Amino acid sequence: MQVSTTVNTKRKKKKDLTADIPILVKIFSIIFTTGLSALCIIPMWLTLSISFTDEFSLAADGYGFIPKVFSTKSYEYIFENGSMVWRAYGVTVLITVVGTILTLAVVSMFAYAISRQSFPWGYQLSFFAYFTTLFSGGMVSSYIVNTTMYNLRDNPLILILAGAVGAMNILIVRTYMRTSIPDSVIESAKIDGASEFRCFYQIVLPMAVPVLATIGLMRAVSLWNDWNTSYLYMPTNNAWAPIQLVLKKIEKNIEYLATNANNMTPEELERMQREMPSDGFRMGLTMMVAMPLVIAYPFFQKYFVKGITVGAVKG
Amino acid sequence: MKFLKTVKKNGPLLAMVFPGVAFFILFNYIPMFGLLIAFKNFNFARGIIGSKWAGLNNFKFLVMSGDAFLILRNTILYALFSLIVVKIIEIFLAIMYDSLSGSKLNRFNQTVSILPHFLSWVVVAYFGQALLDSERGLFNQILGTNIQWYSEPKYWPFILTSFQVWKVIGYGSIIYYSNIRGIDSELYEAARIDGATWWQQVKYITIPLLQSIIIIMVIMGIGGILYSDFGLFYNVPRNSGALYSTTQTLDTYIYNGITLAGGSLGMSSAAGFFQSTVGFLLVIISNAIIKKVSPENAMF
Repeated sequence: MQVSTTVNTKRKKKKDLTADIPILVKIFSIIFTTGLSALCIIPMWLTLSISFTDEFSLAADGYGFIPKVFSTKSYEYIFENGSMVWRAYGVTVLITVVGTILTLAVVSMFAYAISRQSFPWGYQLSFFAYFTTLFSGGMVSSYIVNTTMYNLRDNPLILILAGAVGAMNILIVRTYMRTSIPDSVIESAKIDGASEFRCFYQIVLPMAVPVLATIGLMRAVSLWNDWNTSYLYMPTNNAWAPIQLVLKKIEKNIEYLATNANNMTPEELERMQREMPSDGFRMGLTMMVAMPLVIAYPFFQKYFVKGITVGAVKG
Repeated sequence: MKFLKTVKKNGPLLAMVFPGVAFFILFNYIPMFGLLIAFKNFNFARGIIGSKWAGLNNFKFLVMSGDAFLILRNTILYALFSLIVVKIIEIFLAIMYDSLSGSKLNRFNQTVSILPHFLSWVVVAYFGQALLDSERGLFNQILGTNIQWYSEPKYWPFILTSFQVWKVIGYGSIIYYSNIRGIDSELYEAARIDGATWWQQVKYITIPLLQSIIIIMVIMGIGGILYSDFGLFYNVPRNSGALYSTTQTLDTYIYNGITLAGGSLGMSSAAGFFQSTVGFLLVIISNAIIKKVSPENAMF
């Protein structure tokens, strides 16, 4: 069990080599990669434009890249009447922070123990963790165990517990600790009388910050984006609905309206249509859910890049 | 006695692994035994152990329902697409980024291409709606058509694969890109001295040297062939029943069995059992093959 260190991100004076590439190849590459960037931005641009367009204009002209009639009504509505939205936003922030800390705590302790040379069960415990990536009980089984045995239905704890401890993360951190923190450092601290816990949080944790930042950020993103756990486990607990669930539920109501419009009484139909959030509101909410990550990730990009390149771990 | 002594000596370290071990047991190992419900007539009131045995009935119903073939076909075809086509695009993209490396525009493009990776599928489903809405959506405006995208299954293989490519290639190309950057530049210099063209360098140096990472990615992909990108298949088609013939995969089928009022937990658990066990076998088999072909790339 070891990590393949095939990745060498250090640049070996290759700059002069790109000068040698045929100009046609370069032009093609520029067009292709810039085109891809445009494609990545377009849907988000369109959504942003919709959220700033007047509702009547949307009904008359459809969606467009530039608001025909500019309006900030959707956002005003969210800011004034969206107490549910703000609560959900708060829940998401709380879950992201607490969940990330939980993951880092459990993963780093486990990884530290199995990285120690003196620990006799390192190999067995590595396998114990690794096996979970090969075989799993799957969705139905997890759902039934979590709801019938642990009573986690409508319990917000499930939001931070589900997927909290990943075997791959443990193996990545373990390998990092083994390769970049010399055993002699820990041994000498122990000779000076430091306990195992002290070695861990005063010596090893500070040295492992780069790898823990990578894993923590990836976990934070997946917690922020997690719609699935809340959708599955929190059907009626609205007080603890994260923002992704609010967004998902709006979409589900629209789908329900679209497929069942024929079976509804006119009054029912009218009531549902009246309560349905406007397009501008929905797209505005979508932007508010997406924006924090879009704005933050360029600053943390190097950690995410590291994350995927160390992700190719061998068990 | 000696064992107890070792335990005592390693007490602090054992205490540190304890929370992780508890997590794995509670959320990974116990659900593995929960797979037994595929052979039971599961009833929430009776629980896993108390429910009556049903033999192979759940599997029989699943096969007889007629959905099984369609679901399996969709799952495997979409998985092959992401295993082959998406990987080729990612490698292609990585080579292009490498050919432009050093420029500011390139760095900007790379950053932007990773952006979709950070959006949840629920958010992306709303983008999809902005494009595909039958009355106001961009596609119908541009094409001048009036297509009901959300009730016409024939378009969805293209729509789903496009969304997948859009969301994953930027992030997916990073791993190949950083591997290309790690290749010793002396190899390229030597090739150039011998008069190799750019394409020959790509063909005889870059791609062969990516082989080992490609093999690792493919094995991992084969092991997950029965697991689709669940968020994509569930959210982007809005789980619309009219589209199931081309959008339903094993994951969404199982999920619907849990969440829909009319869903069958029994058939879902049978499908889940199939997914877990066959998925496990596929990992073992593909690893064994790799062990024969190129042992240094084997996972275990």
